[in-house]
Amino acid sequence: MPSYEAWNEARAREIIARERDGEGTTLPILHALQAVFGCVPAQAVPLMAEALNLSRAELHGIVSFYHEFRRVPPGRHVLRLCRAEACQSVGADALGAHARARLDVDWHGTSADGAVTLEPVFCLGLCACGPAALLDGQPLARLDPAKLDAALEAAG
Amino acid sequence: MTRVFVPRDAAALALGADAVAAALAPHATVVRTGSRGLFWLEPMIEVETPQGRTAYGPVEAADIPALLTSGVLTGGAHPKRLGRPEEIPFLARQTRLTFARCGVVDPLSPGDYEAQGGWAGLRRALEIGPAATLAEVTASGLRGRGGAGFPTGIKWKTTADAAGARKYVVCNADEGDSGTYADRMLLEGDPFALIEGMAIAAYAVGASAGYVYTRSEYPHAIATFDAALRIARDAGLLGRDVLGAGFAFDITQRVGAGAYICGEETSLLESLEGRRGQVRAKPPLPAHKGLFGMPTVVNNLITLATVPTILASGAQAYHDLGMGRSRGTMPIQLAGNLRFAGLFEAGFGLTLGELVHDIGGGTRSGRPVRAVQVGGPLGAYFPPALFDTRFDYESFAARDGMIGHGGVVVFDDTVDLARQARFAMEFCAAESCGKCTPCRIGSVRGQEVIDRVLAGTEVDANLELLRDLCETMRFGSLCALGGFIPYPVLSAMNHFPEDFRPSARAAAA
Repeated sequence: MPSYEAWNEARAREIIARERDGEGTTLPILHALQAVFGCVPAQAVPLMAEALNLSRAELHGIVSFYHEFRRVPPGRHVLRLCRAEACQSVGADALGAHARARLDVDWHGTSADGAVTLEPVFCLGLCACGPAALLDGQPLARLDPAKLDAALEAAG
Repeated sequence: MTRVFVPRDAAALALGADAVAAALAPHATVVRTGSRGLFWLEPMIEVETPQGRTAYGPVEAADIPALLTSGVLTGGAHPKRLGRPEEIPFLARQTRLTFARCGVVDPLSPGDYEAQGGWAGLRRALEIGPAATLAEVTASGLRGRGGAGFPTGIKWKTTADAAGARKYVVCNADEGDSGTYADRMLLEGDPFALIEGMAIAAYAVGASAGYVYTRSEYPHAIATFDAALRIARDAGLLGRDVLGAGFAFDITQRVGAGAYICGEETSLLESLEGRRGQVRAKPPLPAHKGLFGMPTVVNNLITLATVPTILASGAQAYHDLGMGRSRGTMPIQLAGNLRFAGLFEAGFGLTLGELVHDIGGGTRSGRPVRAVQVGGPLGAYFPPALFDTRFDYESFAARDGMIGHGGVVVFDDTVDLARQARFAMEFCAAESCGKCTPCRIGSVRGQEVIDRVLAGTEVDANLELLRDLCETMRFGSLCALGGFIPYPVLSAMNHFPEDFRPSARAAAA
């Protein structure tokens, strides 16, 4: 189970300084921040903008362009459920509806108990054995509602 | 102890390969490999016997005690025994060049790589020189495996001839098309092949640095490739003096962040430079002004990973395979609702019907096949009436389709093509980079128009409007996203018109 650190400016500066070496390192820095804080905290944007000599507006434009960067940390578990065509052909739409009903959230939402964040994903490269998902980075295949429920229960 | 090969490919892991490996560990030397790509048999294990390898699958951890009792470690009989893997019909019918080692070797063993023909291509390139290397790639007829099908040799020549303070080789591993997984399998199963292919490209065009842009949805592939890069550097296969030939080249892996558009080459370059992944207008071509304004080769991962075998075996051997202007082999990825879904590398020219029925075995659900989407989310939906279409660039283009990156997604008769057309527009709206109006606005309007059709509102007028909109997007968009999203929409309308008729929809409901 992933655990994230609370906002800490010194820690953010350290990550930015560590990752900024090299060419065009905006994305590596953003990934490193999200790995530590669970999201790209709003407070990190001006620090990064300064380090990269970009305006805050430019950096906001970059962070918000990419689907994967979150504004707030996720729940204790992240379920990335594939919604793309190959998984659709074997029941992904129904599985997505089941997941949303079970967790009582829409896509990108976190269940009320903070246990699971449900994120849509368009292809995990597991197209020969769909419907597929990543639960906390672990691949799941040939899912149906019962198998998905079991995986979520095992995760706790 | 007997060696047993157990895949560590993400799909095999999803089907329980780690538990199988753990159950075998006390009894055998477990070697983790990539996948052979026979996913209905995963986890498929292979036991090393004096007669060669013997495969068993699909194996669950719970099967291991019974398998051991049956003498699995000496190739003993068991209901899950498959025999020699090379003789399984699905594999026996293939011509594996790009994927020759995938599923066979330990992906992080440089010794395995070399023993199975690795580095022979780069060694030959270093021996014959950059110009002859370039000529060899051109003569092979290799075309871009990302979907555009542009001749690789011409792209390289343009970059080689361009002036620049430094040059780059960029590998597009942002494999976002649903139904495709060849890049992922290769990164996880034979990463040194990509490193070797990129080194050959760099040597041919005079580049000193390489980037691999891998999608974040592939955490296992990213980890394996990072490990392969470290091993290659330590072994002197990358760095200041590649293979001791006085040629400097190194590779950095960069991870995307969930934007489909970054699979478009100029958008990918923008992302590598640290910006929003917005498409650039061409010209200038990346070959002239690419990454950081420098001459850059941008190739799909499969294109680059195919180069070593071309250099090692010669252009002619590769060119002898295939049909028409599509030379060599294509790793076709059979996916979706299919019994025998997996990676099938073969010379161009098989028909779609052979792929779906003879090789793929029809649907997993057992229901009739109704539609097949070839080439990812921007590819057309083909009905069984077009199953005589041969798998090559031109044959699919002639029928308003495309082979794209080689994904074949099969749907049974429960599919609703009007819904699939709406999904195409929805996907385009979500993934549009926003730079050009036809794609940014057209995709949103397209969803609205299809919604009106689905609601039965002025169906004829709205279908005509939808065609008109598709025309505008096709010819007015800046890149292939807005330009090709009309393909799934129009093919759904043309081949499955009944799905767009409210009376038929009501009867089906």
